[in-house]
Amino acid sequence: MRIFKLIYKNALRHKLRTALTVLGMAIAVMAFGVLRTVVDMYYAGIDATAVNRLITRQAVSYIFTLPYSYRDQIAKVPGVETVSFANWFGGTYIDKKNFFARMGVDAETIFDVYPEYVLPPKEYETFKSERNACVVGSELAKQYRFKIGDIISMDGDIYPGPWSFVVRGIYYPRDKVTDATQMFFHWQYIDERMKQDMPGRTGQVGWYIIKIKDPSQAAAISEQVDALFKNSSNETKTETERAFTQGFINGFSSLLNAMNAVSFIIIGIIMLVLGNTMIMSARERTREYAVLKTLGFSGGHLFGLIFGESMLISAFGAVAGLLITYPFVAGIEAKMPKGFFPYFFITPQTVILAGAAALTIGVLASIFPLQRALRMKIVDGLRFIG
Amino acid sequence: MAQAIIQVQGVSKSYWRDSFEVPVLKDISIDVQDGEFLCLMGPSGSGKTTLLNLIAGIDRPGMGKILVGGTDIGSLSETALAKWRSQHVGFVFQFYNLLPVLTAFENVELPLLLTPLSKAERRKHVELALDVVGLSDRVHHYPKQLSGGQEQRVAIARAIVTDPTLLVADEPTGDLDKHSAEEIMILLERLNKEFKKTIVMVTHDPRAAEKATVTHHLDKGELS
Ligand SMILES: Nc1ncnc2c1ncn2[C@@H]1O[C@H](COP(=O)(O)OP(=O)(O)O)[C@@H](O)[C@H]1O
Ligand SMILES: [Mg+2]
Repeated sequence: MRIFKLIYKNALRHKLRTALTVLGMAIAVMAFGVLRTVVDMYYAGIDATAVNRLITRQAVSYIFTLPYSYRDQIAKVPGVETVSFANWFGGTYIDKKNFFARMGVDAETIFDVYPEYVLPPKEYETFKSERNACVVGSELAKQYRFKIGDIISMDGDIYPGPWSFVVRGIYYPRDKVTDATQMFFHWQYIDERMKQDMPGRTGQVGWYIIKIKDPSQAAAISEQVDALFKNSSNETKTETERAFTQGFINGFSSLLNAMNAVSFIIIGIIMLVLGNTMIMSARERTREYAVLKTLGFSGGHLFGLIFGESMLISAFGAVAGLLITYPFVAGIEAKMPKGFFPYFFITPQTVILAGAAALTIGVLASIFPLQRALRMKIVDGLRFIG
Repeated sequence: MAQAIIQVQGVSKSYWRDSFEVPVLKDISIDVQDGEFLCLMGPSGSGKTTLLNLIAGIDRPGMGKILVGGTDIGSLSETALAKWRSQHVGFVFQFYNLLPVLTAFENVELPLLLTPLSKAERRKHVELALDVVGLSDRVHHYPKQLSGGQEQRVAIARAIVTDPTLLVADEPTGDLDKHSAEEIMILLERLNKEFKKTIVMVTHDPRAAEKATVTHHLDKGELS
């Protein structure tokens, strides 16, 4: 049965109308895809967290530092395997808009607590042995063309003055969600300079990263750590990395919820667009459907014709939409400062969701025209004047 | 006399408009003999189309019985009736009712898609039918590339391509100029005489009615 030919010819009957419908669907699918990708981008941060890492920070705010001396005390808490720490450096690399994360870290432990940052052992050794060495993520290296042996010079702000670091290692992301856009150097290197220039600001770390043996003990260990510093001038707040990231995302939760909602409202709108096209078509073709029935074509045939056309248009819209989503997302990614959102990519779930939504729309948009065509009595259809 | 191929027995039909019953056909009985060319005439609104639709099995009588070739078509299910139509009835409408997206060939082929014929066999039948109506040179034209008379000839080809028992034509010349109308009537007359098709035709046009072998008049739902 060559009903497909008729479906195809019907779909192209009003080329402009079909083209506009497909375009409308494509844009909506793209908007859906982009919104989902932005939402996913935030939540990918959570996926990237490990369950066996705790973050200890100053209880009042992230912006306050903690004494370096806490390190040994934390290490003594039962269940703690490794204690590492980091400090936000800030600074400017050539131009303010060259934003990426730069951190003073504990060279001895940082790659042990972050096994997802994969650094070749030889590079790790060199990094540990040279005070002014740094390690950059592979994405960052690609973006700024950093090579081993390069010198990266920066203007400090939190830690004023000119700084330079020698690239001694490039780490690679283990997982797709791993952030490979950071730069790490020795906390000690910064701290030693501080001892000379600003003695009041030595021995300060931004936050501790604690690797624990048993993730199920996370809550108990956190409590014990915080208890150590209770009533000190620097009380701490310890939580799992996941909770920490979640807390960061919660700050955007209403925005994210709104984007989520809008992405589904868009689906609703495309449904109306396609539904409208299908209803207009079905109305115009009332007589033709009556003629087909007269000739002996069954409800099943009409179902195939109408449903098939709706699915054909929605499939075209979905495919076109997804095809334009990729370059669009890539375009946004290129415009965004690299370090802000390292996880900006279209997930398979988004593709599947968009595809499933388009199919659902195809089905729903055909319901009304189908009902009309199948219920119509031949004599009424033949008398119909469009 | 042989048994009539169409027997309309005491048929009545009403339509409902809001809650009023509007009687359209009142106790109609007609026999149509095999090979007859019957013409139904009468003023507009007298029920001609309704009667034709009942005979062709696209509507059902309120009362009475219609037998075509011995089959009581009122007793068939919707599906069976659809199948019966595809095998036994060829339809010609006033406004041709071709599918605009299909070529002349494809429009004529349409009823054959419901048969088990192969593609090659379908092609043979379609070409033959288009030849009979004199449109062999317009096979790949779309309806809007044809004149009204040509469109109606395509429609006639579509109606005869399955070689049905019966042709029904509802004002087949109603939308045509005199010359084209004459051509269509000559064609229908030829189908009746040469190909022995039984034809039931509704018309207003006395010149068209001349070609018929029998004429009945319908007035306010009653034969006169
Ligand atoms: N499907 C229908 N629904 C309601 N009324 C109808 C329908 N078909 C015909 N009628 C009414 O029945 C009457 C006869 O119609 P019809 O058989 O089309 O007449 P004719 O073909 O003789 O002009 C008219 O009054 C018409 O309005
Ligand atoms: Mg009529």
